[in-house]
Amino acid sequence: MIKTETLRKKRSGPVLFSEYKQGEGVKKALELGRENILFELKSSGLKGRGGAGFPTATKWMLTAASNSDKKFIVCNADEGEPGTFKDRVLLLEYPELVFDGMIIAGYTIGAKNGILYLRGEYEYMLKSLEDYLESLRMDNLLGENIFAGKNFTFDITIRLGSGAYVCGEETALIESLEGYRGEPRNRPPYPVNTGFLGHPTVVNNVETLASVPHILIKGGDWFRTHGTDKSTGSKLFSISGDCKKPGVYELPWGTSINELLNLVEAKNTKAVQVGGASGICLPKSQFNRVLGYEDAATGGSIMIFNESRNMLKILKNFMEFFVEESCGQCTPCRIGNIKLLEGVEKIEKDDFTFSYINNLKELGRTMQAASKCGLGQSSPNSFISILDNFKDEIFGAKRKGEKNV
Amino acid sequence: MLVLEKNALSEEIENLVGEFGKDRSALLQILQAIQGKHKYISDFAQQEVARMMDIHPVEVNSIVSFYAFLYSEPKGRYIVRLCQTISCDMSGKEEVAEAVQRELGISFGQSTKDKRITLEFTNCLGMCDQGPAMLVNEKVYTKLDPETAVNILSEIK
Repeated sequence: MIKTETLRKKRSGPVLFSEYKQGEGVKKALELGRENILFELKSSGLKGRGGAGFPTATKWMLTAASNSDKKFIVCNADEGEPGTFKDRVLLLEYPELVFDGMIIAGYTIGAKNGILYLRGEYEYMLKSLEDYLESLRMDNLLGENIFAGKNFTFDITIRLGSGAYVCGEETALIESLEGYRGEPRNRPPYPVNTGFLGHPTVVNNVETLASVPHILIKGGDWFRTHGTDKSTGSKLFSISGDCKKPGVYELPWGTSINELLNLVEAKNTKAVQVGGASGICLPKSQFNRVLGYEDAATGGSIMIFNESRNMLKILKNFMEFFVEESCGQCTPCRIGNIKLLEGVEKIEKDDFTFSYINNLKELGRTMQAASKCGLGQSSPNSFISILDNFKDEIFGAKRKGEKNV
Repeated sequence: MLVLEKNALSEEIENLVGEFGKDRSALLQILQAIQGKHKYISDFAQQEVARMMDIHPVEVNSIVSFYAFLYSEPKGRYIVRLCQTISCDMSGKEEVAEAVQRELGISFGQSTKDKRITLEFTNCLGMCDQGPAMLVNEKVYTKLDPETAVNILSEIK
């Protein structure tokens, strides 16, 4: 079904898709020792690759500093954001990077257990990942006293999700691991203090962990040479939609939308959705913006829409997604998304007033401020940005009509 | 449900609790195992899990109802999940959906009479570069068109 070997030979990139031998990063980590690992990580400026962009070194330091005798490292492979599939590529083609990253994290923060939370939709890769872990155990790279003399025991288990987008939120993921509904927790306390089963826990995205081995081998300063001041290193972009060459690309942060569109040979592009359904939709006039935490932030999802696409239909698809995936715990998100979808349906039927639309945008801003977790805080993004950036297409006739009155 | 069947299910759940443990954090794994084998988690199964894990049955039901891949009603042996998210939608999911509905004589959300296939829509499968995509149980199929999709479904027994 998926021929990983042949695909992999085609890939190249500055960091993640560069040469790497299994175990290399772990060996280097043991030479460096805990403090130097944290130093390199800090100087690399690596930020969370899932989209939120929290500095990875800070997360690790906070967990490493706690005195608890039990700690956990959780790899967040609940890749559910529409348009994102980079973790699929990493897990299928570069599992050594992900698992070495987890082992290094475990060593650094003093955890004995690592958990990979794999989304239920990716169950088809469970067997190959389990086999891979088993081969690591056979080679004594996982398990008891993995490195002679270092007194380091670490093992990794894989847990499956069951089809809930919200479990990609780190506290919802922990709830799910504990056997509860995937409902996000109040923060603080953060997982670095009170995580899985109440123990200090680092939750990192697949791509974040996969970056770590390369950073240790080549150094934090080398990593900084890629990307921009505020967004260091490179990023995997999952590109889909109207283009000739969709797929996963590794590009330095700071790449502009225009450059990216050229690369994948997109023609007659009308709009680019950056950051998935929870991201923002950019019109042609903003294609000079650059990808990075400081400008157009994304966990990697880039969806391209050409001139033939109906923006309202796209927005409807996104809002239907959020209505289904809201966990229902907090009111702004549970009710708000339904109201926004209703609004889209009314626009579709041409049954609306402009004050009603303005009220809905205001509701969107309330959701951004008042929702408990990232889902409800970001679900109005596409609603607001599509209605603002494509108002001529969506309201065209009606607006002109108003002028005539 | 026959008494014999009930006894067999209870024994099975007892084994699962033995394997995964009685701790609450094992609950999702136990339910996933029951779902995988029986394609749904019956009321009786939910009650048995609750009894053996010393939690209230409503706690178990709250988990089954929360997760999209767990069901409390019987489903087909093959659960077909067609991705409905935007990239797959734009690459022709609607045509695929119409073709399989016509072929099987059921709509999305329904199961065939012989309980062979259940049709469902699902959200992003992470195959956006290769849409339209669908899952048949845990197996993934990509770059579908109406013909290939129908052929895949007619081959599974």
